[in-house]
Amino acid sequence: MQAANTRRLTPYLFLAPSLTVLGIALLYPVGYMVYASFLNWNPSQLISQAEWVGFRNYLFLLNDPSFRESLFVTLKFAAVVVTLEMVLGVGLALLLDRQLRGMTLLRTLFILPMMIAPIVVGLMWRYMYHPTVGPLNRFLTKLGLEPVPWLSDSNWALVSIIIADIWQWTPFIFILALAALQSLPKSAMEAARIDGATGWQQIIHIKLPLMLPVLVVTCLLRLIDAFKVLEVVLVLTNGGPGLSTEIMSLRIARTASEFRELGKAAAMSNLLLGVLMLLTLAMFAYSKFTEARAARLRAAVQDES
Amino acid sequence: MFRLVRSAALAASLAAGVSFGALAGPYDAHKGKTLVVNFPAHPHYNAVMKVLPEFTKETGIKVEVDQLEYLKMREKQTLELTKAKGDYDLIAFVVFSKADYVFADQLENLARFFMNPLLADPAYDAADIIPGYMQNIGVAGGDKGYLAGPTGSLFGIPFGAETSILGYRKDIFAKHNLKVPETYDEMLDIACKIPKLEPGMGGLASRAASGQHAAHAYLLHLAPLGGRVFDNQWNPIINNEAGIKAAQTLKSIVDCGPEGAKTFGFAEAGASFLQGKTAMFLDSTVFAGQVDDPKQSKVVGQVGWAVHPKGVRYGSQTGGFGVAIPKNAKNKDAAFLLMQWLTSKKADKLVALQGGNPIRFSTHADADVNAKFPYMKTFGEALKNADPDWRPIIPPWGKINNDLGTTMSKILTENVDIKQAMDGLAERTRATMKEAGYETFKQ
Repeated sequence: MQAANTRRLTPYLFLAPSLTVLGIALLYPVGYMVYASFLNWNPSQLISQAEWVGFRNYLFLLNDPSFRESLFVTLKFAAVVVTLEMVLGVGLALLLDRQLRGMTLLRTLFILPMMIAPIVVGLMWRYMYHPTVGPLNRFLTKLGLEPVPWLSDSNWALVSIIIADIWQWTPFIFILALAALQSLPKSAMEAARIDGATGWQQIIHIKLPLMLPVLVVTCLLRLIDAFKVLEVVLVLTNGGPGLSTEIMSLRIARTASEFRELGKAAAMSNLLLGVLMLLTLAMFAYSKFTEARAARLRAAVQDES
Repeated sequence: MFRLVRSAALAASLAAGVSFGALAGPYDAHKGKTLVVNFPAHPHYNAVMKVLPEFTKETGIKVEVDQLEYLKMREKQTLELTKAKGDYDLIAFVVFSKADYVFADQLENLARFFMNPLLADPAYDAADIIPGYMQNIGVAGGDKGYLAGPTGSLFGIPFGAETSILGYRKDIFAKHNLKVPETYDEMLDIACKIPKLEPGMGGLASRAASGQHAAHAYLLHLAPLGGRVFDNQWNPIINNEAGIKAAQTLKSIVDCGPEGAKTFGFAEAGASFLQGKTAMFLDSTVFAGQVDDPKQSKVVGQVGWAVHPKGVRYGSQTGGFGVAIPKNAKNKDAAFLLMQWLTSKKADKLVALQGGNPIRFSTHADADVNAKFPYMKTFGEALKNADPDWRPIIPPWGKINNDLGTTMSKILTENVDIKQAMDGLAERTRATMKEAGYETFKQ
């Protein structure tokens, strides 16, 4: 009896060290943040001196127009950026998925923007957007067009950070999509060609559906990143003009360091975490659903034959 | 060999005994100690770094400096000061940290050091230190809690403090026969005339970028135009006539400014003046050091300085840094000696000669300093107008300042109605103040 018990416990014994590490490294900080979000905590206080305020921080945030505006800006930014990057990245991958001379060099060049430190990207684009000496406006003036108030107009400012983000992060989608494309089964392509599918038909009916699992994960990774973007915005606009580009992570950083309200900053982070969790769950549910459908279809085909 | 060491030790202890007994200097008891201090990376403190070896030479006390970018410095200090035993013996703090540190009881009250005959130098002459700086940066607990007054006491000494000053292009003013502005009306008039007289040139370089920059630029005009953020009962009055006039003033300045002025931070506003793209500059004195440096400036020798113009009153900014002793410091007495030495007449002059910002009237009037930096005398004049209350220093200020900065940015870029925007700001400020407990006595 005892021997059986020991046998049953053995796997858990082996799991215990990694679970402990996971618990300490992952759950403890998250738990700390959740706890902090219920406190009125000023950085000059120890956490034990902070006052317990229950859900007051969350209630405050839900009624705070600045927070709502910042959430809205973040959602808008993430949606536009990820959609455009996915379209451009996958498009580029489809175009460049062929044997060309100097392809390796070209690919390396394409992923360069991703490797530059975000602060440098911000500074570089800040110079590019400069109203008088920036190359963009100089180019426009040369063409006889009106210069654009890239960073000083609240509508253009968001467009400007979107352009910079697309420039930096499309390569990420591109390399992952290209890797996915190159690992597609050759047999499916050949079958499609033999059946007389056109290039577009191959892309829409064969390549994209087969790439989908990779694209879902890629999109998710980008989305999570887009929600957390900070440095480029910090350097380019510092959230302005007004609050037009104050994305959530910038507001969280400000709440913690400028407003010195650690409790509210933690509550905000938790809300952001919540939004991201929902998105992740939705994505996984969707990919589970498509997999199940594919399995059902396969089963049906097998039944028919 | 052993005998030699022993006799040397004997001689040393005898010497120490003699100096303790008869002629103990203030520094002898601390000789050989190492102080750890936290300074910002800032032109003034870069100058201080060149002067510090002099202190060690004179006193035998070594100084180890941890120099950080100033916002990073504030974060680090916040953590350091909550520890039971801190690593820093002396810190330089940004003026708005005064409220947080003093309120959290983390800085030493300096009274007991100035009372101690073993530490306090009778020749220190505190009256020579610019009162506006002393009240703004050093004193807390008086009027409104953050100013000097019957209930106030001293927690720090200004060091690396700055005020606002008007810089103008002598050549451009002479060319068009313009008079150096003494009042706000004159300044605005010239600021908007310049773009017509000198096509492509802006009138006055000001910061305007969303957040701290726009807030600072606004406050710069609020005090001289007769406004305040709060009345004496903590009611926000930023939307009264003077408050609105200050916003209009900033808007005219930015509209008549150089191209791209709406997104300028301090560095960009300064660069536009140094590049010769703007005719005037109104901001901190810390900027002056760059004007005659040919590596950074295209307007060497062409810049004149004048006091911050008068609106309904004079009221130039006070800000920058002070030095203080943390409650959790290890070597408080030696830290006080360093603080006293750094802010003494002698060191203030040494630092000024290295390009720092002096805190004493005597240094501003000093012949050697003026020979090297001819603008120093004007700065000394300007400092008589330094207004310690141009900006509130209260714990919730960070939040209000940010809201002020974004509201101002909206006014500058989106053409919103100024009165409506300022009313909204005042209303939100009232809510923030209520949350922070400033309405407790109104109930």
